[in-house]
Amino acid sequence: MTYSIEQLEQIASQVRRDILRMVHGAKSGHPGGSLGCTDLLTALYFRIMQPDASRFRMDGDGEDVFFLSNGHISPAWYSVLARYGFFPLKELATFRKLATRLQGHPTPAEGLPGIRMASGSLGQGLSAATGMAAARKLKGESRLVFCMHGDGELQEGQIWEAAMYAGAKKIDNLIAIVDYNKKQIDGPTDTVVSLGDLPLKWSAFGWHVLECKGNQMDAVVETLEKAVAATGKGQPIVVIAHTEMGSGVDFMMGTHHWHGVAPNDEQLANALTQIPETLGDYPDTY
Amino acid sequence: MFTFTEKKDTRSGFGAALLELGKENPKVVALCADLTGSLKMDAFAKAFPERFFQTGIAEAHMIGMAAGMATAGMIPFTGTFANFSTGRVYDQIRQSVAYSGKNVKICASHAGITLGEDGATHQIMEDIGLMKMLPGMTVINPCDYNQTFAATKAIAQWNGPVYLRFGRPAVPNFTPADQVFVIGKALKLTEGTDVTVFATGHLVWPALEAARMLQDQGISAEVINIHTIKPLDQEAVITSVAKTRCAVTAEEHLKNGGMGESICRFLSEARPAPVEMVAVDDRFGESGTPDALMEKYGLTAQAVMEAARKAIGRKG
Repeated sequence: MTYSIEQLEQIASQVRRDILRMVHGAKSGHPGGSLGCTDLLTALYFRIMQPDASRFRMDGDGEDVFFLSNGHISPAWYSVLARYGFFPLKELATFRKLATRLQGHPTPAEGLPGIRMASGSLGQGLSAATGMAAARKLKGESRLVFCMHGDGELQEGQIWEAAMYAGAKKIDNLIAIVDYNKKQIDGPTDTVVSLGDLPLKWSAFGWHVLECKGNQMDAVVETLEKAVAATGKGQPIVVIAHTEMGSGVDFMMGTHHWHGVAPNDEQLANALTQIPETLGDYPDTY
Repeated sequence: MFTFTEKKDTRSGFGAALLELGKENPKVVALCADLTGSLKMDAFAKAFPERFFQTGIAEAHMIGMAAGMATAGMIPFTGTFANFSTGRVYDQIRQSVAYSGKNVKICASHAGITLGEDGATHQIMEDIGLMKMLPGMTVINPCDYNQTFAATKAIAQWNGPVYLRFGRPAVPNFTPADQVFVIGKALKLTEGTDVTVFATGHLVWPALEAARMLQDQGISAEVINIHTIKPLDQEAVITSVAKTRCAVTAEEHLKNGGMGESICRFLSEARPAPVEMVAVDDRFGESGTPDALMEKYGLTAQAVMEAARKAIGRKG
């Protein structure tokens, strides 16, 4: 089915509520980046990729696949996966708790459907996505490979090893998305280690570069559709999405403070008043 | 007793088997970080160019790519020197391969000190320890050309991450060419009653020579080839030591973290017995010819023989 922009916005609203409640429930986690990535992940799963959640297979043959490289935004990914139907919604209440499949950072080791690769230690996902994309070309599998990266993560050298390879070898069934919120744990990315001219860097590595507002659903969908249309033309594609860390919650925006801090009871209540419940909250207890 | 007619490098056994795997199994792909000739992967690259992935000097990316290819259902074999296959890419192996449970075969040449003249930056004697520490990782160190060939074939059939360690120099090729390689099943090469010599990789042949020297002295040594360091064949270890009541371990690796350490740990829990370790103390290597280095670092038949006598002398 095709979800309208309005429907996608409703889903994203509910995902934001999930993120806040999960991180609050675990008393730990990364709400800021998760809220900033919400619209991208929602559009990707519900509109662009639309995988079959009822039959998750590791090789994903016949479907688009996704790798999350900045694993700390796991609350957003888990919520989108659950809302899409990969596993029961109530399982979101187990996030970061003992014996959960929803580990602090994602892993296939606990058998959670939808997850193909562990991430958390940063900079590794683009290589995995490139390998999957190269293998797909070999297999004659025409569906695409997507991956998502934080912007601070781009300080890792392996990202640029993979970027150089994918550009040089014309891995054109690959779409990378950069969550460009310009903040990381220690502060603004510009003061930690500036990424400089980011579009120029990717383009110098041989990538087709697209940019968009990452928290505006119509812009996200339009740009991701453009990215899909640009595949198969001899270049990998990167979408640099200008996002806001903490997007949707006034006191979490404009600061890097909420990178890895959980809201307390009062802060959660305040935040939830700012984000409409659209599809129903997941139950408090598992 | 074992004999050999020629010396061959173990890496060539890997290269020849990889070529055969390419013919037998379309899922086998190979990745190399700019050391195709050194790894003897050129025959595969030439025969199956579409299944050979030259990553350039980017080992971290190579490991990650292999993990992605395994996710797609391929059986990737990565190739570079042992140092660049392990220490340089430890976190990539840990997260993207081992923790993610990917069917990647990490194939490492020029392991140990016999890499020789390039010196300590390229020699690694910590790699067995690094790799055996990773949950779910299988660690294999074959002893000669034929066994490396057989091991390479065997790991393609094994579902899960494997570290396959081999080397640069030509060493006696004495394993029967038709011997089936069973992962995790140690090979008893000589029967003995006085001392067990557990050897792996390039130290297996010197262990056999030591057994001959001991025989001349009236000492009966049981030589066991521990080609699979993890999972360790505990049954083979305890059965032999129950009989001989002492042991020597011999390997081209640091004492810290090596095969000997695994055997000592197991024996200390299961059946304490005196063990002498022939391996390298806590230090880096240096430049020199492989033979000169093995001599200087005490990785010789003579050293194994002396260690055996010492172990026997420590029996209660």
